[in-house]
Amino acid sequence: MKFIGIDIGSTAAKVCIREENENNRFFYLPSGWSSRETAEAAADRLRTMDIEVEDRESCRIAATGYGRRSVEYAEDVVTEITCHGRGGAFLAGGDCTVIDVGGQDTKIIAVSKGLVVDFLMNDKCAAGTGKFVELMANRLELDIPTLFDQARRGTAIPISALCTVFAESEVISLIGQNRDRKDIAAGVVDSVAVKVAGLAGKRQVTDRVILTGGLSLSPYFAEVLGEKLKQEVMVSPDSLYAGALGAALTAEKKAKK
Amino acid sequence: MDKNHQMWSDLGMDLETHDLLCEALPGAYGDVFLSQKNRPECMDYFEMVAADIHGIRPAELIEEQKKGRKVIGTFCVFVPDEVILAADGIVTGLCGGSQFWVPEGEKVLPANTCPLIKASVGARLGRTCPYFRIADMFVGETTCDGKKKAYEILGEDVKMHIMHVPNGQRPQDLAAWTDEIKIFIKEIEEFTGNKVTIEGLNRSIHIVNEKRRALARLYEARKNACVPISGTDALLIMQIAFFDDPERLTAQVNRLCDELEQRIKDGNSVVDKKAPRILITGTPLAVPNWKMHNIVESSGAIVVCEENCTGTRYFAHDVREENATIEEAAEALTDRYMGNIHCACFSPNEARLDDVVRLAKEYKVDGVINLNLKFCNLYATENYFVERRLKEEGIPCLSLETDYTDSDAEQLRTRVGAFLEILGDA
Repeated sequence: MKFIGIDIGSTAAKVCIREENENNRFFYLPSGWSSRETAEAAADRLRTMDIEVEDRESCRIAATGYGRRSVEYAEDVVTEITCHGRGGAFLAGGDCTVIDVGGQDTKIIAVSKGLVVDFLMNDKCAAGTGKFVELMANRLELDIPTLFDQARRGTAIPISALCTVFAESEVISLIGQNRDRKDIAAGVVDSVAVKVAGLAGKRQVTDRVILTGGLSLSPYFAEVLGEKLKQEVMVSPDSLYAGALGAALTAEKKAKK
Repeated sequence: MDKNHQMWSDLGMDLETHDLLCEALPGAYGDVFLSQKNRPECMDYFEMVAADIHGIRPAELIEEQKKGRKVIGTFCVFVPDEVILAADGIVTGLCGGSQFWVPEGEKVLPANTCPLIKASVGARLGRTCPYFRIADMFVGETTCDGKKKAYEILGEDVKMHIMHVPNGQRPQDLAAWTDEIKIFIKEIEEFTGNKVTIEGLNRSIHIVNEKRRALARLYEARKNACVPISGTDALLIMQIAFFDDPERLTAQVNRLCDELEQRIKDGNSVVDKKAPRILITGTPLAVPNWKMHNIVESSGAIVVCEENCTGTRYFAHDVREENATIEEAAEALTDRYMGNIHCACFSPNEARLDDVVRLAKEYKVDGVINLNLKFCNLYATENYFVERRLKEEGIPCLSLETDYTDSDAEQLRTRVGAFLEILGDA
């Protein structure tokens, strides 16, 4: 029996395949404009791996992410909060605080005794999310990995606006002042880390913290976030897939109930 | 053309804009209410009132005005209806629960004002609410900075009386409120031309007590393990209670309660027994704000109680009846209104925390949703204590902040969904 988690996020669809005595397998696809088509593309990809999504005898599928309801072949539909909590705790090796910085929102999730017990999400604004990094990278004409690379070598210029639109104006002013690009890049990363740490500060953060979601691809971001939180922030090579993994774990749990 | 057009036109309303609201409301109403299953039959009355909320009741009010009665619009549950009724006045609630009125309010108010205030001011200034056109006078109160200043702006357009609400519930605050009530009595006497006698005041106290008891009976029914009415329907009744004739409302709520009590005996619940029971606490839910109830109940849970101004704070506790003097009656009103309504405008306001915990236990809830209207600084700040107290009590709590737009509905649905998943796991 295979347990499959499909996480349709705003930027990418992530898929996890769990099977007894096998390592977890993962893949991802960029999200198109239609969640339904993205879900179909994931199904096609699974078929190339000899997984027939309609066959409930051989696999159980759980969907999560903002496009979760578009995955028509999924047996279970679970919110990304529960999934990131479960997946993050699995990767962290036990109870922890999961900090998920995704394309459109940021979540702080407390996991205790293997269960999600509390969570907090950012408000409507994109400040403190991956979207902000993406927008600023475009402004600075850098791709995202280069932005982090430049940021590492720069000295952060404070960006204080609480809102993405105003923060972007601030960045534009800095560009206008001919400030060093790596210092602006460092300021961008710093401002996201400050906002995420501020959100996390509204809850008691546990000793173990793991970063998931798109920004977990940058070890440098985890480092800066760790400085703000004054504690180590773990990243797993599979952090990007925490939501999909959590969905697969949920499918497994439900099957065994 | 709508049959009410002539009346709305006579009221000087902006018909073109108001028609947009009339076109949008039935759809919104249908999506939220008519999609519910197994509703109590006695919702028929409230259905009828809601369906023509800008028609039936406004027409009645105009008829009463022709007989010389005054209609007085109020914004807050601190204002005692009893005084107005004792002077043969009519009390009406006012529109303030839809995004529809917000842009008009934003023309004169800062954008970071709470949507309730923006919508109320917008409904008056934009001439798109009949109640705001009909009322001869409005009674405001100094519960928050946003309202205080907004009433000054409204006061340039309409006759306003402002009741000064103290910032706490100390004995001297209660005494100050008794004085405010006496000033209010004089103002209402002058405005209506009718004397407020102790007989009249005792009579109106009784009438409003009967209404409070009927609403309390409705909430009592919601405590049962077999839930005989959805939270969404109960909320609609509460919202209508602010507008309707009090004696008729009492009779209709009691008629409904007879049915609900029978349903409890028959084990006829509107939801599955396993549906998580939710208490909503926080800021008021003015008509037609059904957003959170709809999200919670269409996600498989049931709202069994509201600790807010359109919930328990509106009806909890009676006013002492059969007072010997106006002074005594004013004190009786003070004890109920100022002594028992625990608003975040007070400092400290621990009694509200006690209320939330007590209600959570009485209604046997699985979790509390702590709901805040965006930019309501008082409630947003008090969240700190609400969350801490609920945590101490081991009651799961989800804090949410939202406004009247639908743009965050999906994000809210995800948060509510995750909260229900937590409750299901526990």
